This record gives sequence, C-alpha cells and structure tokens, in this order.
Amino acid sequence: MLLCLRDVTKTYAGTETPVLRGVSLDLDRGGMLALTGESGSGKSTLLHLIGGLDTADRGVVAVDGTDLTPLDDAGRAALRRGTVGVIFQQFNLIPSLTVAANIAFQARLAGRQDAARDRMLAQRLGLSDHLHKYPEQLSGGQQQRVAIARTLAPQPALVLADEPTGNLDEGTADTVMVLLRDLVAETGAGLILVTHSERLAAMLPSRLHLRAGVLA
Amino acid sequence: MSVGLNGAILSALASHWWRNPLQLLTLLAGLALATALWSGVQAINAEARASYDAAAATLGEGQFAQITARDGGAIAQEVYVALRRAGWAVSPVVEGRLDGVRLIGLEPLTAPGGLGPVRADGGADLGAFLAGAGQIFAQAETLARLPDTGAQGVASPDVAPNTALTDIGLAQRLLGRAGQIDRLIVAPQQPLTRVPLAEVAPDLIQSAPQEGGDIAQLTDSFHLNLTAFGLLSFAVGLFIVHGAIGLAFEQRRPMVRTLRALGAPLSRLIALMAVELAVLALVAGLIGVGLGYVIAAALLPDVAATLRGLYGADVAGQLSLRPAWWLSGLAIAVGGTAVAAFGALWSLARMPLLSGRQARAMGMGRSQRVQSVAALVLLILSGGLALWGQGLVAGFVMLGALLIGGALALPPLLARGLMLAEARARGPVAQWFWADTRQQVPGLSLALMALMLAMAANVGVSTMVSSFRLTFTGFLDQRLASELYVSAADQAQAEAIIALATQEAQTILPLLSTDATVAGLPVQIYGARDHATYRDNWQFLQAEPSVWDALARGEGVLVNEQLYRRAGLDLGAMVPVGAGVTLPVLGIYGDYGNPIGQVIVTEDLFRAQFPAITALRFGLRTDPARVDPLRAALRERAGVPETAMVDQTAIKAMSLAVFERTFTVTTALNVLTLAVAGFAILMSLLTLAAMRLPQLAPVWALGLTRRRLAGLDLIRAVVLAALTGALALPLGLALAWALLAVVNVEAFGWRLPMYLFPLDYLRLGLLALLAAALAALWPAWRLSRIPPAQLLGVFRHER
Repeated sequence: MLLCLRDVTKTYAGTETPVLRGVSLDLDRGGMLALTGESGSGKSTLLHLIGGLDTADRGVVAVDGTDLTPLDDAGRAALRRGTVGVIFQQFNLIPSLTVAANIAFQARLAGRQDAARDRMLAQRLGLSDHLHKYPEQLSGGQQQRVAIARTLAPQPALVLADEPTGNLDEGTADTVMVLLRDLVAETGAGLILVTHSERLAAMLPSRLHLRAGVLA
Repeated sequence: MSVGLNGAILSALASHWWRNPLQLLTLLAGLALATALWSGVQAINAEARASYDAAAATLGEGQFAQITARDGGAIAQEVYVALRRAGWAVSPVVEGRLDGVRLIGLEPLTAPGGLGPVRADGGADLGAFLAGAGQIFAQAETLARLPDTGAQGVASPDVAPNTALTDIGLAQRLLGRAGQIDRLIVAPQQPLTRVPLAEVAPDLIQSAPQEGGDIAQLTDSFHLNLTAFGLLSFAVGLFIVHGAIGLAFEQRRPMVRTLRALGAPLSRLIALMAVELAVLALVAGLIGVGLGYVIAAALLPDVAATLRGLYGADVAGQLSLRPAWWLSGLAIAVGGTAVAAFGALWSLARMPLLSGRQARAMGMGRSQRVQSVAALVLLILSGGLALWGQGLVAGFVMLGALLIGGALALPPLLARGLMLAEARARGPVAQWFWADTRQQVPGLSLALMALMLAMAANVGVSTMVSSFRLTFTGFLDQRLASELYVSAADQAQAEAIIALATQEAQTILPLLSTDATVAGLPVQIYGARDHATYRDNWQFLQAEPSVWDALARGEGVLVNEQLYRRAGLDLGAMVPVGAGVTLPVLGIYGDYGNPIGQVIVTEDLFRAQFPAITALRFGLRTDPARVDPLRAALRERAGVPETAMVDQTAIKAMSLAVFERTFTVTTALNVLTLAVAGFAILMSLLTLAAMRLPQLAPVWALGLTRRRLAGLDLIRAVVLAALTGALALPLGLALAWALLAVVNVEAFGWRLPMYLFPLDYLRLGLLALLAAALAALWPAWRLSRIPPAQLLGVFRHER
C-alpha cells in the first residue's frame, strides 16, 4: 500500500468548521486517482496533508509505510524530498535558476541527480530548446512542464498534483495532463490529481469526490 | 546526501543574488555604509585620543613642575650642574626644530618617569641610546622626515606625532646649541635639604605643573561630542543594516517557501541563510572598514587641527590602521547583521509553509502595534531617566532610548498622518496617492527611520556645538574681560608689575585665590575687586537682585555652577569662607571648563580672611591698542617672560578658530550621515520598485500615464521626507537638550544653555528633501520608462 489515510480530520486555526472530517482512503503503488470537489471542499488541504506540507489534527496519514503524524519538520521535509513530489498550480519554480537548474533541483535535494534522466524529461516535455532560459521567459504551459520535470526527476513514489493546469488554457491543459499521466505511469509512481475539471478527472482510472470535507 | 542538500540550497540562495545584483548591492551597500559611518567616527576618535595620549606620555609636560630662565632664554650648563649640586632633582631638556620635526633632547638617567620610551627603568637599550652615534626615537613617518643625522632611528609608536626624542648631547649637537638647556624638569620628589632656587639661580623661575583642567576638559568635551556622534551614527547604521537585511529576507520569502515545499528542512535552510549572511557581512564589513578609513583619513586633518588648537600638542594628521579599530568595525558589521538577521530569521522560522496573504497582512499589523508600544515604552523610559536618572551611563541610556523610541514611533505617526490626508483628499488620484503612500510606509520605514535619525543627529549635534560656541565665546568675553593677564614669579616681581601698571595701564585687577574645602569638596576661593569689569561683563545663571552691591558690601558670595550642582548650594545657602565667616550665596555663574568648585568673595573680605596671601596674578585693563607696548614694558622693565602674559584677544581668536574646525568636522559628518540615509532610501525604493508593479499596473491601466506615475512617486518620496523631517526636528531638539542638559552635566558638572538656530534647521530640511528627491529620481525615471509589457504581465494569468 502506497498511501493509507484513516479518519483524517483537520480544522484551521481561527475557524470552527472542520475542513476535513474523518477522511479515509487507500492508494496502491502505481495507482492513479482524481480528487474532485467544489472550492473549499478540502481537496487541497487533503493533498497538503499527504505531502507533509501541513499536519492533521486527528487520524493517520501513512505514505510508503511511514506514518507522517509523529514526524517533525525535518522528517516531513525528507519525505517531500525523496518520496512525494508536489506539483503546484502556481508552478513555484525558482525564478533565479535556469530551466535546466530547476529541473535538476529537486533531484539534487534528494541526492539522486541523474543528468541523463533530466535530459530525457526535458526532451519528452518539449523543453530541450529552453534549458538556458529563466522561468520568466517561458509561457505558463512551459513553466508547468518544467515543474512536472522537476517533480519527476528524483523518481518519487507518489506524485501529488494540485490543479496543475488551473492556469492554462484548455488545449495546453490537456497536453500537459497527458504528459504528466504518461510519465508518472512510466515511473510506476502513484498519482493523485486535484482538479475542478470533469474532463481532466476523466483521464485517470479512478476518481473520488470530496464534499464539505467528506469523501462521497 | 547532506553535501548535495546543502549545495542545492546554497546554489538556489546564491542564484537569487546572481539574478538580482541590485538587491545584492543594496544589502552590501547598506551593511558597508553603516560600518563605514560607525568605524569612520570611531577611527577619528581613537586616532585623536591615541595621538594626544602619546603626546602627553612622551612629553610629560603637564605633569611636572619646570624651571625656566626668567627672561625666557637658555639656561647655561653650569647652572644646571649647580642646581644638581644644591640638591635639586632636575633633568635638562633642550628642544628645537630639525627639518620641521620637533626634536627633544633629554637626559634619560635623570628624567622623571613618563618621558616616553627612553627611561632608566624602561625596556630601552640605554647603552645604545647614549653611546656611539646615538639613537633617535620617533614614529616611523617622523623618522622618514628627519635628515641623515648619523644616529640610529628607532621606530616608536608611543612617541608623539612629529616629535623625535634623543639624548640631550646629540640634540644639542644637531640643533647647534652646545651647552645650552631650554628648561629643567623638576622631579616630583625633592630632597627637603635642597638650597632654595632663588639662592642658587636667581635668574630662574619655577612654574607649577599645569593644572590641565580647563583645556583637558574642553578636549574631553570635544570627544564627548564625537562619542555622541558615534552613538548616533551607530543607530543610523543599525537601522540601515536592519532595513537591508529585512528587505533581503522579504524578497526571498517566496523562494524560501518553495524550497521548503520541495523538501529543504527549515533548520538547514535557516542555518545556511545565516552562513550566507555571515559571509556577506564579512565582505561588506571589510568594504565598510575601508570606506570608514577613507572618511576618517579625509576628516582627520581638521580633527587634528582642532585638537592641536585645544591641546597644543601635535596630533597625527594621518591615520594608522589600528587592529582594535578595524576589528571593531568588522564586529559591528557582523554583530549588527546578526542582530538584524535574528528577527528576520526568527520570523522565517515561524512562517507557516502555507501561509496566505491575509496571515501576512495580519502579522504586519501586529508587528506595527508591537512597534508602537515599544516606542511608547522607550520614550517614557527616556523621560523617566531625564527626570530621575543619575550618572553618565543613565544619560547615555536615556539618549539611546530617546533615539530608538523616536525612530520606532515614526511609522505609526506617518501612517496616521497619511490616513488623515487620505480622508481629506478630494479627487480620485489624490485619494489613491495618499492611500498608496501609506501602503509604502512599511517597506520604506527602516530607511525613513535612518533618515529621521540622521536628521535628528544633525539637528542635535549642530545645536549642541553652536550653543557651545555661543556660550563659550560669551563666557570668554566675561571671564577674559581684561586686555592682558600677567603672572608674577614672586612677590618682588608682583610689586614691580603693580608699579609699572599703575603708570601704563588703566586699571589693575589683582587675582587673589586660595584653595579651600566647602561641603567636603575642594574649591578655590577668589577675592574680586569691586570694579565695572566684573559688573558689566559677568552674567549669572541665577542671582539675587543687586548682586554686585551686596557682594561689595561683603554680604554674601558667588559660587560657580559646579559647586552649586555638586554641593547643592542654591541661592541663600550658607558657605563657609574662612575662620568663623559664613555667608549666603548671592549668585551662581557659569564656569565652563573648570573641573572644580569656585567661590568669589569681595577683595576686602579675602584680604581680611587670608592676610598671608598676596596677589601674584593680575588682570590689566588698557586700551587694546596699548597691549603690545604694555607687554614690551612688562618684559623689559619688570622681567616678566612672554609665557607669563596672556593676551585675551589671542585666546579668543584661538578658541573661535577651534570652534570653526569643530564645525567643519561635525558638518562633514552630518552631510555624510544624511547622504548615507539618502542612499538607504534609494536602495529601498529600487528594491520595492519590482514589488510595487501589482499596485501600479491597475492605476496605469485605468488611465494614468507612466510619466505621471513616476512624477507622483517623486512627490511621494519628498512628502515622506518632509513628514519625516517635521518629526525629526523635535527629536533632534530633544537630543540636543539631552546632550546639553543631561549628558554634559553628568560628564562635566556644568550645563550649557541651549540656543535655537531656525535657519540651520531650515537648511537641513531642504537638504533632506533634496536627498530624498535625488534618491527617488532614478527609480522614478525607471518607472517612467518601464515597458508596457512588464505592466501587462501583472494581469496575465500565467503569473
């Protein structure tokens, strides 16, 4: 089992209503899952808990056999470096690094740098001609492809994508999504995609809907 | 893996600077300028102190009594030998100029301790000093200026600048004055059985050790000014460092968030950022120390001239690199960075990985409230210390609390003022202008605080120095009212002076004095003749009505401010002035520069109480045009040496010249501080320019041209500087008051009256506006030329 969530509950400080209420789910290795729901339903929060970006108030979040609950900041950071890769809607590239350096960056953090793999990813994602450019010189679709390459370079066991095409037009979004799905499948990693789009969700084999913090 | 992790994080951190060199320049310049300002002032202070400490140690002139020829000429070798045989422990000195260098010949075996590196109990090689071609001790630069004498030059940093020491025999030969002695230094311990000087050598007179009080106190006062300026420049520097570090962290906040999201552990990230900052602080510190050296070297000739005027000793006009000084400069850079970075790193450590804009805004609001409370607490503390504090340390703490409290109060006060302006604004552009200006305050606050402190320092120090000058020149007019002051060596000469002056001068004012103790404090009691010279010129801090008439009737005494403060002798308090006589205080007068208490009684009372004391000093009133002939007559007919006559015009001219030089130094430092603060504003504006695009782009899109926006930015900088200046003025005046009425009183026991110089403040205000406008010019020009695509980028979804 790659991912195991049991009775996960989360309430943000200063609010009374829980954003997640007793969520449980499992994901096998290589499994792919689309997580849909209205704005404010708790999709991104759930993704953040799985990625170790935030902590649950109650319940168990276990990734690749490791329970995240007792982990401190360093432990959760180690998980993000080596096991889980997160793709953000806002790309979160490092603006002062070139495309090549951005792609290699997370693998360097994880101590798994592989120049051949970086080149392969760049080529597959159509970035080979842009390796010496800076993020600000790329279009949104290109920037998101750099973010995908950066996430896949260290070969994480689980990829989390939070509205990865939310800032892209429909055609570009479809292209990026297909690339993401195929590349993740090739590595044998698991994928959880958070999206509003029924069309994109339909590209993955399974799907869950989150409503008011509860899985439907 | 750890090396890879560190390397990856460091490369990302470094890449930010690589891509944003202007921001790196801002940080380095901020740190370097703050260090330069601090270390420059410290270098001047340290160098000046070291110079005249060395002078004092080398020459020992003020410490010992001296014997000189009555006519000011040379003393014959045989007279010296006769004195030694009569039991006098004296040591001969000859001096003169050799290629402009002051060459002093002394006799190391008999010279009392404290005459520099050459002494019997010192580490110097006396054999080499006395034998063969001899040795000459001097600073390396002085040695280089000496002609080839055949003697061995020994570099000795302890010797006063432009002075060389050697054996008296060699000095006599080099100066062409064989067998001649200029003066004899009298050892403090003398045999009781020695024959009186008048019997052995009637043509010689002995002068007491210099009391040093007045001049040394003025020198100390000058240094207190510089120390206060050092403190102010440190505060300005600290705010600039804080601003530079704060902006550096603010700019990289999104990157730090990304790094953490990608798996960089927070603790590692903070440690590596601390290391990065330490390296930058060291580099900037080195640059700053170098700049400080340049500043100090440029200003030192004026400081040296000032101190030479005050102290009469040579002060090196060149700077030497003292390890303690440049190490302290580096320590300030690294320490200041550490202090400034601590807060930034702490806030980074507490920054939630997923914090939103709202949380940040709330955090900023909270920190502004904390800042307001801190400002209030510090200002109350400062007020409390001003009212109830005791001692110099309390004075400086009060000063620090006043400055920091005033600076911290600036952003909330500005925000409030701008809010009021916004509420009264009519048109939409004006409303946006005030609202946007208020929004800029947090980003610019540290630079504005630095500007405020620079202006306050300028107002404070200028007011203090100008008040000092006005008071002191007034005081000189009062205390040196007589045209000529003459000291007699003995009673016979005193009578000769009186006889001559009765014919040649208009009035003779005998200066009678004796040492006494009042309220357990050492004081001098003076007997003053009832004369218009005193009545017309003296001014009192406090006095009874008809004070001079009452004094003349012997109904009371006058006391100086020092005694009034130290012994608490207010008007009417009873003061013992001799056996069985106790009189009330009729008046309190300012006595600047005098270290001890003073009591003035009428001449008749003095003579009645101390009949054994006769006047050996006299003030002579005469037509100013008759001063030179009178001097000549006293010299020729009464045997008064030139050194025993003081021309008040010369003293006043010297004092004014000293103040002019002091002004040169303080003005230069003021302009420099203001320029550095202006530079801090420039750097802040440049840094904020990129961050401001999302605020400017919508207004541009709504119809304001880039040129108009740039013009408004320029006006904004001037408005902020004007508001800051308006708040800096009261802070500066409070600072001046604190320096004059608290720190000076604690340090020296006398309070200087405070005068205001509105024209100076107006000029300073205009200068600050100019600095702010110049600082805003380049960012505004850049804004007026920004490509529309860059503004449009703000609206792109891809951002």
